[in-house]
This record gives sequence, C-alpha cells and structure tokens, in this order.
Amino acid sequence: MSETQSLLQLICVNKAFAAGTTDEVKALDNINLDVNAGDFITIIGSNGAGKTSLLNIIAGVYPPDKGGKIIINNRDITNFIEHKRAQYFGRVYQDPSIGTAAKMTIGENLSLAIARGRSRGLGIATTKRRLTHFREILATLQLGLEDRLNTLVGTLSGGQRQALALVMATISRPSVLLLDEHTAKLDPNTAGIVLTLTENIVSKEKITAIMVTHNMEHALIYGNRLLMMHKGRTIVDLNYQQRRDITVIDLLAAFERASGEQLADDSILLSTSKPSDKN
Amino acid sequence: MDIIGNLLNISLYEGLAYGFVAIGVYITFRVLSFPDLSVDGSFPLGGAVAAVLIINGVNPWLATAAALLSGSIAGLCTALLNTKLRINALLSGILMMVALYSVNLLIMGRANIPLLRQVTVFEQAAGFFKTGPSLSLAIIFIAVLALIILLALNWFLRTEIGLALRATGDNEQMVRGLGGNTDMTTIVGVAISNGLVSLSGALIAQNQGFADVGMGIGMIVMGLASVIIGEGLFRPKGVTAVLLAVFGGTFAYRLFIGIALRLGLPPTNLKLITALLVIAALAIPYMRKKLKGEWVPPAVRM
Repeated sequence: MSETQSLLQLICVNKAFAAGTTDEVKALDNINLDVNAGDFITIIGSNGAGKTSLLNIIAGVYPPDKGGKIIINNRDITNFIEHKRAQYFGRVYQDPSIGTAAKMTIGENLSLAIARGRSRGLGIATTKRRLTHFREILATLQLGLEDRLNTLVGTLSGGQRQALALVMATISRPSVLLLDEHTAKLDPNTAGIVLTLTENIVSKEKITAIMVTHNMEHALIYGNRLLMMHKGRTIVDLNYQQRRDITVIDLLAAFERASGEQLADDSILLSTSKPSDKN
Repeated sequence: MDIIGNLLNISLYEGLAYGFVAIGVYITFRVLSFPDLSVDGSFPLGGAVAAVLIINGVNPWLATAAALLSGSIAGLCTALLNTKLRINALLSGILMMVALYSVNLLIMGRANIPLLRQVTVFEQAAGFFKTGPSLSLAIIFIAVLALIILLALNWFLRTEIGLALRATGDNEQMVRGLGGNTDMTTIVGVAISNGLVSLSGALIAQNQGFADVGMGIGMIVMGLASVIIGEGLFRPKGVTAVLLAVFGGTFAYRLFIGIALRLGLPPTNLKLITALLVIAALAIPYMRKKLKGEWVPPAVRM
C-alpha cells in the first residue's frame, strides 16, 4: 500500500486515559493503520480492546496522545475538533438514541444530516425540495418511513431509528462511514435487516467503511478486510484473500496465537448470539 | 364587571410584557436544555440600561434596543463561561446573575431610577395615535411587538442554525457528529434568550415608571411557572404552537396571581406562592408515577 493511495491514515496513535495515575488505561497502543478508498474494514475484539476508542479518535471525540497523527486525503486533521472532522466521517453509534434526535421529526433529523460539511446559515432547513429528496431515499429502505416525515423520531422502534441513523450518516456522502457496533442493541432479526441495509448503502454509494462488531460471524461475512484488536493493539490483520477461507474457529486460534491468551469473552465465542453489553 | 374587565386587561398587559421573559426561559430550559439562571440579573439589566439612557436624553426606542443588546451580551458571557471555560451551566448562570447585580448598580449609580415625566416608548406610541398613554394602548403596543418577535423566532427556529440549536438541546452528541458547532448554537441561544429577558425589563421599567435593582428577583421562577402552565394548559405540538402557548401560560399565571391578590393575598407572599406552584408542577408527575409503582431515577445533581 503506497501512501498516496490510502484515504485515511493513522500514524503512531496512542491513547491513555487517566495517564500517570494508578488507574491508567492504555486504550490504544501504537496504532498504525492505512485505509484505502473503497475498503470495508470489520474490526473485532473483546471488551476493552480499544475498538470504540479507535473510532472516537478517528471521529475526533478526543485527540490522540502527543505524536499521533490522523491524515485523510493527505491532509493532517489531528487538530480538527469533532464538528470540523464531521465533514469527513459519518457515524452510526451502538445506541440508536445517540444517532438521532428524539424530539424532532424524521424530516428535521435528515435536514440536520444533509447539512454535514456545509456551513449552516439562515435558510429554511426543511424545504419541500429536501422533503421530496428524503422521501425518495427513505422509500429504498422499504420500512414505510417515507410517509412519516413529520413523525417524531422518539416514537420509532430501535430498528427504525438505527436505519434512519444510517441514512443520516451517509446522506451527505462522507469520505468514511464509522459503524460502532451499530446492530448490537437490536434483536437478531432487526440486526440482520440493518446489516443488509448497511451493505446495500455502502456498495451503492461506494463509501469507505469501518465497522466495529462484537460478532465474529458478521466480521467474516461483511467487508473486505478484518482487523482484530486486543488491549489497544491490532493483533490480526487479514486482507480479502486471507479472510475468504477462514472460519470462526480459525479466527479464535489466530487470536490465541497472537495474544498468547485464551479468549474469555462469551459474547465473542457465541458469535451468532446478540452481545449483551457494550465495552 | 369593571373589576373583572380591569383584571383581565392588566393580566393581558403583564402576560405580554413578561411573556418575553417566559420565551427566554423557554429557549434556554426547554430548547437548549441549558438551565440558565442569569435571567434574574439580565431582567433588571434591561431596565437599568433603558432607564439610564432615557434620563440622559437618548431616544427611548434606541434605549430599548440597547437594553435588548445588553441582555444578549450578558447571555453571551454566561454561554462563554459554559462552553469555553467548561463551567457547569447552572453555575455559569448563577455567577452571571451575581455579577450582574453589581453591574446593574454600577450602570444605575443608585438602587432606583424614577422615569416619571420622561418620554418612554409608551408615550411615543401614544403620540403616534394622537392619544394619551393608557393600558389598552400599552396592550396593543406590546402585542404588536410580541407578534413581530414571535414571527422572527418562528422563522429562526426553522432555519439551519435554528434547527441545529433545537437539536443541541435534544442530542448534543449527534449534532457534533453531524458537523454542527454546539458551542456556537449554545451561545446564540442563550444570547437570544437573555436579550428577550432584558427587553422585557426595559418595557416593564418604562411602563411602571422606574427601574429598580431588585426588580429581577424571582424572575426565573416566574418564567418557569409561565412555561409550565402554558405547556400544561395548551399541550402544544410544533414550534409555532409552543411559542403561542408560552405567552398563553404567562397570561394565565398573571391572571392567577391577580386573582389571588384581589382575594387578599399579601403581595409579600407572591414569590412563595410562585415557588410552590413550580414545585407542585415539577413534583406531581413524579408522585403520579410513584403511585403507579413506576421506577423513577434520582434527580440529576450536576
């Protein structure tokens, strides 16, 4: 991978919380990552492996420790604060209530999302033209949301809200889509629907995506590259070829080889079940 | 009949004039989820600025506009304390409220400035209609002003910035994730809120004929009471309905207070009654849930 090719680069990214105290936690330990345009990377790891910290560092929720760099399209964005970074990154969170605004309508939520990367002015936000546009996009989800643009988002189900959050994260075509265990809080059936939607949107819009998951099977089915994280480091990095004929069992073996310990996280071992908790 | 008519008229005037305070409180508490207590300081600030400018011969319209601006600056300071210095919202407001007490005294030079025999916006409005100042004229004048401000807010809250401002109070994390600058929306919201509160202070001072450094005491609770009553009475849906309901709530609150006073309630007990009213409005939903056996999480401390 040459440098000019990669869309997103993380160079020497470290993150320690409560540094210098007895409670010090090394959330990220010298992460170097090159993401190519068009990649769909799945990231797997147990609780506390640093998956969510990695997405938070990319999205700018907090900065990396001194020396770390985040580069997108050859531009150093390490010092961009979160709302300035948002022009590059769409994000879907684990909890549907974080990705959407409950007391506002579907139309208003989408109007907020479509303004990503542009300066917000004094023009009316929810115009008729935009509503028509939203209706067309929502119709492709086949969830009936297109007829409910004036419905408050708080009255939708978790799955509907997460589908909406997905549309909101991608409607303004960000460079990279960050998915943070976005199906973990949904029932298996709804999770399947949202994952299919995710794959459709990613392939149709040709968005580069990074998907954090607790579920080994999902990590193997989706995407073209797989990263496994452990204690803040990436311990396994499989490209499309390497990944193709690997099973969950192989993945577990790879984990034990790389980390030198047994995987003791039920939610990962039971790869088809719904993980119960967030790290 | 006359007594009732008079009571209704006074309540209508007060409902409109204090309605700006309620709208301000609504913007911070409800829209932004920013419990801003600077209101008790920015209300007399508006009265102080308008009074000092008027007795120094400044055009009363200009003085009223300056009062509105001064309130926005006070709100700006409160929001800066919170967003840039990371001071808790409640404390930012309290700090500003305390600081404004001294600032108001500095502006006024004394605790009370009489405006008798000064030309105020009410006299100018009366002059426009070639009559003397009267209660009905004051009502019409403030109603027009309220209409203008309601239309402006109704438009503003639907703009891209306005939408981001509303979403900031609903889900700040999401707004930042979508590229919205929540520091900016908070600053704009708190500034508009305190500007309206100061405008109210300026109008009340001119109509009652004096500005007093103590005229803002309890203003925040009064504003909250009005908002809660408005929401409870009218159960509004949508931006326009809510704005109207807040004015309606202020009118209802003033009418309630007016009736209580006529029935012999000592004016000194007014703040106590208002506080009890707000306590009841906040506690009743909790008690109701508790009686139904529902679990309610403990109140937020910070």
